Amino acid sequence: MKRRTLLATAALGLGLAFGGAANAQGMDKVKACFVYVGPIGDLGWTYQHHQGALELVETYGDKVEIAWQENVPEGADAERVLTQMALSGCNIIFTTSFGFMDATNTVAGKFPDIKFEHATGYKRDHANVSTYNARFYEGRAIQGHIAGKMTKTNKIGYIASFPIPEVIMGINSYFLHARKVNPDVELSVVWAFTWFDPAKEADAAKALIDQGVDVIASHTDSTAPLAEAAKTNGAVIGFGQASDMADYKPSPRVSSIIDNWAPYYVKRVGELLDGTYAQTDSWAGIPEGEVEIGEITDAVPADVKAEAEAMRDAIAAGTYHPFTGPINKQDGTPWLAEGQVAPDGDLLGMTFFIEGITGDIPQ
Amino acid sequence: MVRLEKRPSPSAFWQWATPILAVLLTMVAGGIMFALLGKDPIAAMRTIFWDPLFNAQFASYSRPQLLVKAGPLILIAIGLSLGFRAGIWNIGAEGQYIMGAIAGAAVGLYFFPAENRLIFPLMVVAGALGGWAWAMIPAILKTRFNTNEILVSLLLVYVAQNILASMAVGAMRNPDGGGFPGSRNLSQYPSAANLELIPGTGMHWGVIAAFMAVIAAYILLQRHILGFQIKLAGQAPRAARFAGVNPTRLVVLCMGISGALAGLAGLFEVAGPAGQISIDFNVGYGFTAIIVAFLGRLNPIGILLAGLLMALTYIGGELAQFMLGLPAAAIQAFQGMLLFFLLAVDLLTNYRVRLGAKREVA
Repeated sequence: MKRRTLLATAALGLGLAFGGAANAQGMDKVKACFVYVGPIGDLGWTYQHHQGALELVETYGDKVEIAWQENVPEGADAERVLTQMALSGCNIIFTTSFGFMDATNTVAGKFPDIKFEHATGYKRDHANVSTYNARFYEGRAIQGHIAGKMTKTNKIGYIASFPIPEVIMGINSYFLHARKVNPDVELSVVWAFTWFDPAKEADAAKALIDQGVDVIASHTDSTAPLAEAAKTNGAVIGFGQASDMADYKPSPRVSSIIDNWAPYYVKRVGELLDGTYAQTDSWAGIPEGEVEIGEITDAVPADVKAEAEAMRDAIAAGTYHPFTGPINKQDGTPWLAEGQVAPDGDLLGMTFFIEGITGDIPQ
Repeated sequence: MVRLEKRPSPSAFWQWATPILAVLLTMVAGGIMFALLGKDPIAAMRTIFWDPLFNAQFASYSRPQLLVKAGPLILIAIGLSLGFRAGIWNIGAEGQYIMGAIAGAAVGLYFFPAENRLIFPLMVVAGALGGWAWAMIPAILKTRFNTNEILVSLLLVYVAQNILASMAVGAMRNPDGGGFPGSRNLSQYPSAANLELIPGTGMHWGVIAAFMAVIAAYILLQRHILGFQIKLAGQAPRAARFAGVNPTRLVVLCMGISGALAGLAGLFEVAGPAGQISIDFNVGYGFTAIIVAFLGRLNPIGILLAGLLMALTYIGGELAQFMLGLPAAAIQAFQGMLLFFLLAVDLLTNYRVRLGAKREVA
């Protein structure tokens, strides 16, 4: 048994030696590794992360080598995948789903010289763990505006993945901006409890359509909800989620939120190459180009399109924040006073719906 | 012309040779698939089957991981094999695994943060009971109302998954977790943690339990009257009834044992490698264990080896993905081929392949 322990220690040392070059003096070559929760062909969330990874090779050529693993479950397996990646000589590892949070931090503690970057999480237990996220709620505001204007039944829907703050703030932003332009609008939320499961996502979309919903937004990673909407001959519209999903243009996909991770990945790996890398907690949005609004198609009337684009530009210019008071919580208690802008901390810990949304967050 | 001739009794040789042949055929067919994907098939096989065991860079980490991955597979498959031998088809081990984890974790979370050495044993008992109780639903429905245990046990998996989701976002959610789903991490709670018994070996209580289950099942089948009854009920149900085997008792026992073992596997996983009750805590061990049980010929020693082999394809498959850039779907197809070839060559156990025309029998 002692010998095995010794071997383990030796391998750990080897891993450290591999990562050891990643110090302040910069590096000649970086191996960047990516852990994905879905398949790179999901045409949504994971696809966009992979586009960002490919951009690294595009930008840095021979100086960067990339490796990735798809369909990694968010549980015990993630820790093993991360450890094996660390042992294989990765210098920086991007873990691109919320559920990899604990595994990322645990493995980071064992490999202090390898950099870990966790998307959408909040734990940075070690100096070598950074977190990054995008302000998707900015895009949701624009979708909400379009939804409020476009719905004929006054029923709009949202396919939610998990009841975590990131998702809840998206629902709130979507509803807030739909209600602003259409006081009669009602929102139905379906919880899919998955990030990627085309069958479940399609079922959720069907359920919403059966309830009379005619605008569907989704927070899951596949194109299945749009495929369901496409079967209604234009009666139901939706949005591209995470990726442009341009195949469904001009309708049912009338616009989209595009996650553009490439600038962040290029920046971080570049910093590692030139030795300026430091721990961060990044949360960029439309102004930085990390969240993009995909083309608003002709299925949307010109005036609505112009309003939506004006909102996008105001957010980009920093003159408009989607969560600006007065906003009350679902139970009627005040959250933001007149003119008050939501602090980031409130958004990142958001566990409540805003006033007007019916239904509960699963408890 | 090739034709098949039924053997008077299953061939003892082929019974053991078919799994090996299936593995070899999988390697050949998988190799062709990898080659078509533009990857070197030899390198792929080496990465999947050799590197996790002997590569200097990975082996010291992945060898213990083999036990961590194989432990729950073996534990569940042993339980399933008893029922399968008797013709009792518990397909819902995944649900029993989940319910065992929930019951066991509930005990641990109830006592948090008290430290007492009795907490973990109590969790083990609760885990086994949780899985057992979940398996009793199809068992009792079968014995009372003659429902089909395949359907009931399978559908209860989806019920269990919804209970799991509700626990993760509701009753068991970590109150210090900032509103995020998922329970407290039990592996960070000393009295409840199922940690490696010897660091760096991967050996945790679940692996020990799997080995104990292998030995117990072996003795049961070879030496115990219940083992004899199980085998008899599977091979000759009518004869079994004449011999005084009570079918109701057998269903309740086999479903109960497999449920309890699946529940134990869930408990050891939630208190150790997984650490917490989360929405997607289950990753399909309960279903993969069905493959393991058949790959191991429903024989305890066979299951032990099959579980280790299956774990190897998982860990080696992960390595192959990021070392060689093989898509995840190719690895899953590779694992699927294993079951496919196993079932296909199983034909050789019961049939003889004859070349040439059928001889006329006067």
